[in-house]
Amino acid sequence: MGSSSGRAISGNLGTIKTDLDGATISPKARIKADWLRRLVSNPVTAISLTVLGITVLMALFAPVIAPQSPTFADPFVRLQGPSTDHLLGTDDLGRDVFSRLVYGARISLVIGIGVTLASAIFGSILGLLAGYVDRLDPFIMRTMDGLMAFPSILLAIAIMASLGPSTFNVFMALTVVYTPTIARLVRSTTLVIRQQPYVESARVVGMRDSHIMGKYIFPNGLSPLIVQCTFVVAFAIISEASLSFLGAGVPPQQPTWGNMLRDGQSLMQQAWWMAVFPGTILFVTVLAMNLVGDGLRDTLDPRSRRR
Amino acid sequence: MLIVGVVVFGLVHLTPGDPAGVILGDRATPEDVARLRDQMGLNDPLPLQFARWIGGLLRLDFGESVFLGVPVTEALMQRVVPTTLLTIYALIIQLAIGVPLGVLAAVKRGSLLDRALTAVAISGAAIPTFFLGIMLILIFGVKLHWLPAIGYVPPTEDFTQHIRRMLMPAFSLGFSSAGLLARMVRSSMLDVLNEDYIRTALAKGLAGRRVVVGHALRNAFIPAITVIGTSIAALLGGAVVTETVFTIPGMGRLVVQSISRRDYPIIQGAVMMIALAYVLVNLLVDILYVYADPRIRLG
Repeated sequence: MGSSSGRAISGNLGTIKTDLDGATISPKARIKADWLRRLVSNPVTAISLTVLGITVLMALFAPVIAPQSPTFADPFVRLQGPSTDHLLGTDDLGRDVFSRLVYGARISLVIGIGVTLASAIFGSILGLLAGYVDRLDPFIMRTMDGLMAFPSILLAIAIMASLGPSTFNVFMALTVVYTPTIARLVRSTTLVIRQQPYVESARVVGMRDSHIMGKYIFPNGLSPLIVQCTFVVAFAIISEASLSFLGAGVPPQQPTWGNMLRDGQSLMQQAWWMAVFPGTILFVTVLAMNLVGDGLRDTLDPRSRRR
Repeated sequence: MLIVGVVVFGLVHLTPGDPAGVILGDRATPEDVARLRDQMGLNDPLPLQFARWIGGLLRLDFGESVFLGVPVTEALMQRVVPTTLLTIYALIIQLAIGVPLGVLAAVKRGSLLDRALTAVAISGAAIPTFFLGIMLILIFGVKLHWLPAIGYVPPTEDFTQHIRRMLMPAFSLGFSSAGLLARMVRSSMLDVLNEDYIRTALAKGLAGRRVVVGHALRNAFIPAITVIGTSIAALLGGAVVTETVFTIPGMGRLVVQSISRRDYPIIQGAVMMIALAYVLVNLLVDILYVYADPRIRLG
């Protein structure tokens, strides 16, 4: 722990120096690389990152990887088990399960990352305001508490029932569900940071509140936020799959892991592969995301390291 | 609670679909639809509809189901028992798995069992309940034929069949929170085991097992109560999904079915009721806390 704070100080000194001559490699980049190295030095995190990397590649290059179109239905090969022709079998309409799985990664990742970014933005703004502007605190936090009084999946279902099934609506519903979590976290870190002497001095010097919040409080509360965000990605992916599974999510004709599980459940007796493969990839992705979150927490905040 | 009400009401009434149109079907004339809308009070200004709805809420009257034609309270009451039972069974499973595992892992800290537990806890948090449910059905229902795959039998009718059918749903629901609870129990047990009074108890010659259960666990359990409180919320929410997987006629399944029927009053009523249950449970947990920890006194 002592060594890490020492490094931060030398890093700051280094920044001043490079600002002067401007030629050497930015020490900021060195700190970043070091931080990455520490993250990857944990084998579990490294494996998880690899798994996530594969999922991302699958989503990005879906048209290249998938052997056929995810919606192409061949009535002659309905409900066939895994074979060399169809790696993971075919579904009841004769569509290739592997191709659908690959395309399904797109929706899961877009929803997972999109929801997280959106709730991080809204949640941070609300949390900063609630934590820094006393007048707004009761109003914002009571509203957030009200939203948190629902089990999250139920709130998502209720919103989806109002908006109707579509990918964008899933994104909106889940953003509403996860914003309060982020807001609560950012508020609590804001409450701690605003007591710090440097915030007080900034105020004494006469800086604008918005400037203090953006330049001093937000960056200093960033690491718990980043850790929380990795978990929100995982939750959002599960929630999207659950919504689709219940028929209240992404429209059924689109290939998503949740929709595939829904189709697979009704045909469990005849075609186990239709449910097992999408479920497994969902499980592995979420597991990897959670493990990366754990690794990040250990790296960013050494104090919280598990015993 | 009022905010909860506003949120629920607002959500449901922002819906683009028209329940009157859904009831009457495609062949209804626009005049018919308009007349029914009028009858149902859907043409009144929103604040008036809201006031009427809140007024009914206070009398536990959620209005009438648009689709089923019975009062919402009645429709929900028929569905309450399976959901409640499922949640309770899942909670029992959570406790039965989580507490002993957490204690064992803390006592044998760093052992293979400890590491295995961490792995189980992490996977438990990552596996979606519905996938776990499907896998259980596949293995025990379809392949091994040990348990009936789906369906529900009321306990009053045939208790053995009831339990046999609830076993898999309860397990798939309780498993993920069990891992969380085990981790929590483990870490608070570790804190407690380092306390002086544990050393005293061991020094005066009490058997290790008695110290662990009688002294350590009693104290370690206090922080775990909070986890149980929050996990009941997760269980209630998860019940919605689990009921759909195992076709249990509970409130969650009703909600899911009502979505496609655009049956607003049912959705509103059920969501309100589950949120209410959640708030009550948390209150109960706070009260339990006082009993468990004599150091905390209310007021």
